[in-house]
Amino acid sequence: MADPNLSATPPQAISTLPSKPPFWNDPQKRALVFQILLVIGIGLLLWFIFSNTLHNLDKRGIKTGFDFLDRPAGFGITQSLIPYTEASTFGRTFLVGLLNTLLVAGLGIIFATLLGFAVGVARLSKNWLISRVALVFIETIRNIPPLLQILFWYRAILPLLPGPKDSISLAELFYLHKRGFTLPSPLFEPAFIWTFWAVIAALVLAFIMSRWAKARREKTGQQFPVVWTAVGIILVLPLITFFLTGSPLNWDIPALSGFNFRGGLTVIPELTALLLALSIYTAAFIAEIVRSGIESVSKGQSEAAASLGLRPNRTLQLVIIPQAMRVIIPQLTSQYLNLTKNTSLGVAIGYPDLVNVFAGTTLNQTGQAVEIIFMTMLVYLVISLVISLFMNWYNKRMALVER
Amino acid sequence: METATQTKPEIAVSLRDVNKWYGEFHVLKNVNLDVERGQRIVICGPSGSGKSTMIRCINRLEEHQAGQIIVDGIELNNDLKNIDQIRREVGMVFQHFNLFPHLTVLENCCLAPMWVRKIPRKEAEATAMEYLERVKIPHQAKKFPGQLSGGQQQRVAIARSLCMKPRIMLFDEPTSALDPEMIKEVLDTMIELAESGMTMLCVTHEMGFAKTVADSVIFMDAGQIIEMNTPDEFFNHPQHERSKLFLSQILGH
Repeated sequence: MADPNLSATPPQAISTLPSKPPFWNDPQKRALVFQILLVIGIGLLLWFIFSNTLHNLDKRGIKTGFDFLDRPAGFGITQSLIPYTEASTFGRTFLVGLLNTLLVAGLGIIFATLLGFAVGVARLSKNWLISRVALVFIETIRNIPPLLQILFWYRAILPLLPGPKDSISLAELFYLHKRGFTLPSPLFEPAFIWTFWAVIAALVLAFIMSRWAKARREKTGQQFPVVWTAVGIILVLPLITFFLTGSPLNWDIPALSGFNFRGGLTVIPELTALLLALSIYTAAFIAEIVRSGIESVSKGQSEAAASLGLRPNRTLQLVIIPQAMRVIIPQLTSQYLNLTKNTSLGVAIGYPDLVNVFAGTTLNQTGQAVEIIFMTMLVYLVISLVISLFMNWYNKRMALVER
Repeated sequence: METATQTKPEIAVSLRDVNKWYGEFHVLKNVNLDVERGQRIVICGPSGSGKSTMIRCINRLEEHQAGQIIVDGIELNNDLKNIDQIRREVGMVFQHFNLFPHLTVLENCCLAPMWVRKIPRKEAEATAMEYLERVKIPHQAKKFPGQLSGGQQQRVAIARSLCMKPRIMLFDEPTSALDPEMIKEVLDTMIELAESGMTMLCVTHEMGFAKTVADSVIFMDAGQIIEMNTPDEFFNHPQHERSKLFLSQILGH
C-alpha cells in the first residue's frame, strides 16, 4: 500500500514547510482524540457507579451520610492508645483503629529497616558462615506468604509461652507470657518537664557541635570525634538535669494478682505477632535491596578510593553509601508502602487495626458499607502518599548530589 | 639522566621474587624489578601476561603471595599502617577513570587530601585548582564527571591522584578506554608529568609514548618479565622471539 504521506508530498513544498498529513495520520491529533475518548469513558463509568449505588441504597431504604460517626459504638477494643470505652462514638473507634494501624506501621518500618540493613550487609560479608546465614534467612522469609507468617507467630510460637503465673521474668520487672509482654510503665511527675527540655537542648547542642566540627575540619583539617561527643552530650545533659530536679519519675511496676498482672503496661500478643511477622518479612526484602544497592557501585570505585589512601570505613561513608542510596531509596519506599498496607492482615489474628475495628466491627454494626470502606481506603491512600512524598523528597536530596 | 651520575640512585620500587596465584593460575612468576626514583618505565605485553596485576600489587590492590615488595623504603606486608603509608605516596590512574560520579570534579580532587592528609578545604581546593590547571581543565571544576568527555575524565583522574602529592604514579592502561582523538590529550598530560621528574610505571600499548618518555621498556609474557631494555634497543633490536612477535603484531599493521 502506498504511504499517503509520501504520495501527498509535492516536491516543491520541501523547500518551505513539511507538508501536513491528514489529521487521522497525525500522531499528535490521534493522541488527543484517544485522550478525549478515555476521559469521556471514565466519566461515564464513574457516573454509572455513583448513580447506581445511590439508587440501590435508596431502594433498600439505607440512609447515606456520616451521621453514624457520632453514635455510640458499644463495643470494646483490646488496645487503644487514646482513652476509649464502650460509650465512645464510632468516630472515636475510627481514631483508635487508625492509631493502632499507624503504631504497627511506624514501629514495623523502624524494625524492618534496622534488621534489613544488618542482614543486607551480612549478606555481603566475606565471612562464609555469616553470608550463608543471611542468604538462608532472606530466601526463607521472603518466599513464605506474610499472612502465614503472622499466623505462625500468633498460633505457633506465642502460645508456647507460659501463662502469666509462670511468666519468663527479667529482674522481676519484665514479664513475657501467653497474654503478652508486661513491662513497667513510666509515671511522670510535673518536674520531669525539665528533663524533657534537657533532651531537646542536648539535641540542639549536638547539632551545633557537629556543624562546628565540620567547619573546623574544613578550615584546619583536624577531625573531631563527632559521634562520641554527640552521644555524650545527649546522655549526660538530660541525666544531670534529671537528678538535679530530684528524679521526678516513678515506675508503675507490674505485679501478679490472681491470674493476671496489675499495673505496668502489657503489649498484647496480637501486636507482638503482627510486628514480628511484618518486620521480619519486610526486612528480608530490604536486605536484598541493600545488597543490590551496594553491589551496584562498581568495584572500581572502592579501588580508586583505596588507591587514594582512603580507609575502608571512610570509603563506605564517602564513596559507596552515597551512590548506593540512589538505588536503595526508591525501592525502600515501595517496601515501606507494602508494610503499611500489609498491617491490614492483622485482621486475621484480631489485632484491632483500622480494618478490624472500623471496616470490620463498625461496618457490621452500622451497615454504612460505602462510607466506611471509602474512609478506610482513603486512609491507606493518604498514609501511602505521605510516605511516598517524604521518600521522594529524601531521594531528591540524595540524587541532587549526582548531577 | 644527569641525576644518576651524581649520587647513587635511590630505589623507589623494588620487587624481589614476587609470586602470585589466582587459584591454580600462576599470574606472576618470580618477578624482579628495581625502579629508581625519577625513572619512567613502560610495561607492555600481551593481555593476560600479568602486567596490570604487577602494578596493582605495588599499591596492594592485589596481594602478592610470595616474595618481597618495597615501595619508597617501606615493605608491603599485612601491616595496615604500611599499606596506608604506601597508598598515600603512590597514585594510580585506571583504565576506566573511576572518578566518583556523585562528586564534582573539584570535590573528587579534594576528597582524599581532606580526609587522608587532613588538609583544610581551602588549601585542598587551591591545590586541586593548581593541578586542574596543569591538566588544562580548570573551567570544568564545578561539573560532574558524567558531564565530561572520556579524555577530560582521565585528565581529572590524573589531577585527582596528583592532589595527594604522590612520589610514584602508576598508570594501568590509561588510554585503552578512550576514543583515538582523546588519547593524545591524555598522553600529552602524561608526558608533561614525566618531564617534571615523576617516577612513573605505565602499563600501555602506546609505543609512541614509550619512545618519547620511557627510560626503559619492560616486556612481560605469561607472568614473567621477558625483556627489559631502553626503548631504542627494545624497538629496534628485540632480544627474544616473543617480544619480536609481539612488536610485529602491534607495529606491523
